[in-house]
Formats: sequence, structure tokens, C-alpha cells
Amino acid sequence: MALEHADVQRAAHLARLGLNDDEAAGYVDDLGRILEMVDMLQALDTDGVAPLAHPLDATQRLRADEVTESDQRDEFQRCAPAVENGLYLVPRVVE
Amino acid sequence: MHDKTLVQLARALDAGEFSSRELTQHLLGRIDRLDGELNSFITVTFDQALAAADAADAIRAKGNAGPLTGLPLALKDIFCTRGVKTSCGSKMLDSFVSPYDATVVEKLRAAGTVSLGKTNMDEFAMGSSNENSHYGPVHNPWDLTAVPGGSSGGSAAAVAAGLVPAAMGTDTGGSIRQPAAFCGITGLKPTYGRVSRYGMIAYASSLDQAGPMARTAEDCALLLSAIAGHDLRDSTFVARGVPDYSGELTAPLSGLKIGLPREYFGDGLDPAVEKATREAIAVFESLGASVREVSLPHTHYAIPAYYVIAPAEASSNLSRFDGVRFGHRCDNPADLIDLYKRSRAEGFGDEVKRRILIGTHTLSEGFFDAYYKKAQQVRRLIRQDFLDAFEEVDVLMGPASPTPAFDLGANKDPVSMYLQDIYTIAVNLAGIPGISVPAGFVGDRPVGLQILGSHFTEARLLNVAHQFQQATDWHRRRPAFAEENA
Repeated sequence: MALEHADVQRAAHLARLGLNDDEAAGYVDDLGRILEMVDMLQALDTDGVAPLAHPLDATQRLRADEVTESDQRDEFQRCAPAVENGLYLVPRVVE
Repeated sequence: MHDKTLVQLARALDAGEFSSRELTQHLLGRIDRLDGELNSFITVTFDQALAAADAADAIRAKGNAGPLTGLPLALKDIFCTRGVKTSCGSKMLDSFVSPYDATVVEKLRAAGTVSLGKTNMDEFAMGSSNENSHYGPVHNPWDLTAVPGGSSGGSAAAVAAGLVPAAMGTDTGGSIRQPAAFCGITGLKPTYGRVSRYGMIAYASSLDQAGPMARTAEDCALLLSAIAGHDLRDSTFVARGVPDYSGELTAPLSGLKIGLPREYFGDGLDPAVEKATREAIAVFESLGASVREVSLPHTHYAIPAYYVIAPAEASSNLSRFDGVRFGHRCDNPADLIDLYKRSRAEGFGDEVKRRILIGTHTLSEGFFDAYYKKAQQVRRLIRQDFLDAFEEVDVLMGPASPTPAFDLGANKDPVSMYLQDIYTIAVNLAGIPGISVPAGFVGDRPVGLQILGSHFTEARLLNVAHQFQQATDWHRRRPAFAEENA
């Protein structure tokens, strides 16, 4: 499946990755060739083969619904770019 | 001191030949003098290392030393380490000081090891050459113009150069085994789920696995014993007892059935690497093993499947780096979307962006079934190939990489770079363990022999690798760089 400039910009927007037009153009060729390589998979008949998500075919364990963590908010917020009164600061979302 | 293995260092500490502090100071001095040329460390933790060494010496003085007490090592910068910068090789995390320890770090600390610092790596573990780090490329101590392999290239180079006797790495598509091969050391990727991934910055969660990199299989056994074990904080972890990895090293190899996958000896394999690999396999025959050809028919689909699955998981895992809670934030964002987009654009390097874009594209509406579901179906076929092979043989052997280490800057095309991992990547898709051991040279550059086993057969792999190292001396060779700077 060929990849076009608009596909790269669409993926960049979905991934919240800022790319200007020149940068996006720079990725079109690379990504196109990666997808061309990946398209090899289409040649293989996988009808009836169940997808394998965990290499040991295991399902994820559940743990008891119990509080096990202590309050470490201050420690975790020490590495945040901007905090105030225990809250993370971001640009205004609601006017 | 810097020439000894972990096991030899432990004996020397026990015998009182030197203290852990003296050993640590010696290695810190080597890092200070030599790492300018190698660039194998991102962060050297001088003060913490000396404090840990003093604590270890005190434990030893009381007669309470364990097998790893006071032994120095380094940690790939992907492991969260409390109070220490944990960058994952990225500008995004250049200012990130982790508030907690990864389980692997916690266990190594509890075992009394002394971490000298955090090693360089491809950004977010994405790369096969260690040229994608925000902190610059690592140089291979065997030839400073060559790459050390990726993404655990800093760990591999530091061990090969005698800056540390061992280091921890991670392997998502070959990132322990390939740099181990390129740098002439021993590297083990355990079974998926054998070692907790908690606190290991995630690249592709269904493939990532931590493992030891050292000079010998014997040292890898010692380290695996320390880091394996149950961890409720990793929900993908497999609850299972931990065998005595060191205890099984000496078992004889007579009767061992070795399979050579014919797909690992075909087009694209450097003839000199093939020659070294076949000569190494002949050593096993002389030790009483039998060899036969087997087939892994879906081998050539492994790289395409990986480059759907790994970027898809990466695009999801890396969504947490949004400039809000930790990591790089752009200046003066106009609104929240601008904050996300510019922070991520400024914080991530090219290869990471490439993989996020591929992953996001293949997971997006209209493409999911054709790419992601298809790749996961192919993954089952690849895993089944291995299961079928292990019905016939005990272990598989082949080259770890189709070529020895290539020159820095020589491989600029991403697709041809991806093809470097042809012999390692399927192992991660199947979740089986693999080890690379030094097995010869092409010119000055080392060659690694890869040995694979079925799920949870690390003890057997370590035994097989150890017996090879009893019969050969490739693992005892040292680069001139380390010798000249003794």
C-alpha cells in the first residue's frame, strides 16, 4: 500500500507529533519503503490462524483490587515540567 | 582488576586481594580516562558507586557477603534508577531523574552489586548500531571506527573495554545479542516473562526483555539468578520458579542435539562469519553433540512482522511522553495540542519519529486488520516453527548477525539497517531465550555464535555456552584499546 504525504501528516496528527511539510516529505520515502517491506506479509495465507499477542500465549494476570501504593504525589511531581499546588499545569483548555 | 570476570572478582574480594572500594575506584578511573573515546556511558555515578562499595565492604567484613556483593556493573539507561538521571538515550528524558527503581535495579542493589552508572543506548532502544542516541554514537573498542551494535551498545562496549565486568541490557529484536556479538562478549536474552519489565522504559511491551551482558556465560548465570523471579508489578510476568543457573553449568554436552536452521545460513550471510560459525559448531561436535539441519520456514517474515508489531506497541507506549508529567516540554505552548505536538517533535529523534509514524499508521482505522492483525497471525506461525524445531533438537545454533560490526555511518538506509537483525528478531516474536557467545573474528572484529532454546531453558543455554567457553578462548581475547590502556 503506497504511502502519500497526506498519510504521513494524518499519522503525525494522530500521534500528536508536530511535523512541518518539509519534515513530513522527508519521511514519505522511508515510510513507504518500510511499508513495502511489510507488505510481504500479505503473501502468506493466515486464514484460521489466531493472532498471538503474548509470546507465551498467556493472558495477563489480574491482581486483587486492593490499595497497595502509598501517596507519592510530591515525589512524582518533582520531575514534572510545571506544577502548582499539587496539580500539573497545562495551557488553558476551557475558556 | 579490570580483566577479571565477575566470578574471579568475587574470589579476589573473598581472598582480601582488594576491597570493593579499591575495585570501584580503579574502574571509575578507567571510565574517566577512556570513555571520552568510547562514549559508552551517559551518566557515571561516582559518589553513589563509592558509597555502595563501602556498604558492600562492610557486609563482607561481617561475613555476610553473597555471590554478587561488592561486584561492579553498569545499567543500560533504560532502567529507571532512583535519584539518577534515566534518559533512555533521548532528549525527551534528558532532565528526568527517576523517582523509583526498576525491579531489576532493586534486585541487583539488594544483591550487593555496585552500579557505576548508566550506559549509552539507541534512543528508546530503537536501533541496531547505537548511532541513534541523543548523546552521540558509541564506538566499538575493537575498532573505534566501527559501531558497537545496538541498542545496548553502550553496555557491550563498556564490558569489552574493561570499564565494567558486566552490564545489564535489554533485547526487543536482538539488542543484547547483536551488540554482544559485535563487541566480543557474552549476552543472554532470557525467555519473555523471565525477568520483570517493571521500571524498564517500554519500547514494545510484548517483545522487550532484560538480560545480562558479561564476559562469560558463567557470569551471565550469576546475574540471571539475581534478576529472575516473581514480580507482581509486571502483569505480563510469568510466575515460575527460578532454577539454579550456576549449578547446571558443568553438565556434559554428550548427547546434545543441535539444529542448524537452513534459513540462517543462506543469502546475505558474510562467508567469513559463516566460516567462524561453522568452526564454532564443530567444537560442539568434538564435545559429543550431534548436529543436523532443521528448517524455520517463516524466518523471512520475521522482520516484516516485527516492523508492524514493535512500532505499533511503541506508538502506544511513547504516547506517555506528552510534556505534561515528565520529560521535555516546549516553550510557550499556544494550547494543549500545540504543547503535545511541539514537545514531542522537539524531544524525539528521527528513528523514534519514524517508528511512531509507522505504528500509528498501521493501527489507524482501515489498516489495522491488514497490518497489525496479520502480523500477529504471522507471529504465531513463527513461534510454531521454533516449537516444531525443538521437537527434534535441544538447541538451535547460527550466527548472531549476518556481518561483523560495520563502520560508523556506513548504514544510512533504515530498511537495510532493519535487515541486520534477521537472525535475532524472530526469537523475540516467539519469546524464546537466546545467547550470543564470542566465536571468532573477521579481521579485528568479533563474531558471535547465537544459541537458542525453547521457552525457559536458560539453564541449558548457559550450560552449553559455558562448555564452549571451557573449550575455546575467544571470550578471553581483549581489544588492543583495553590492553594498551591497562
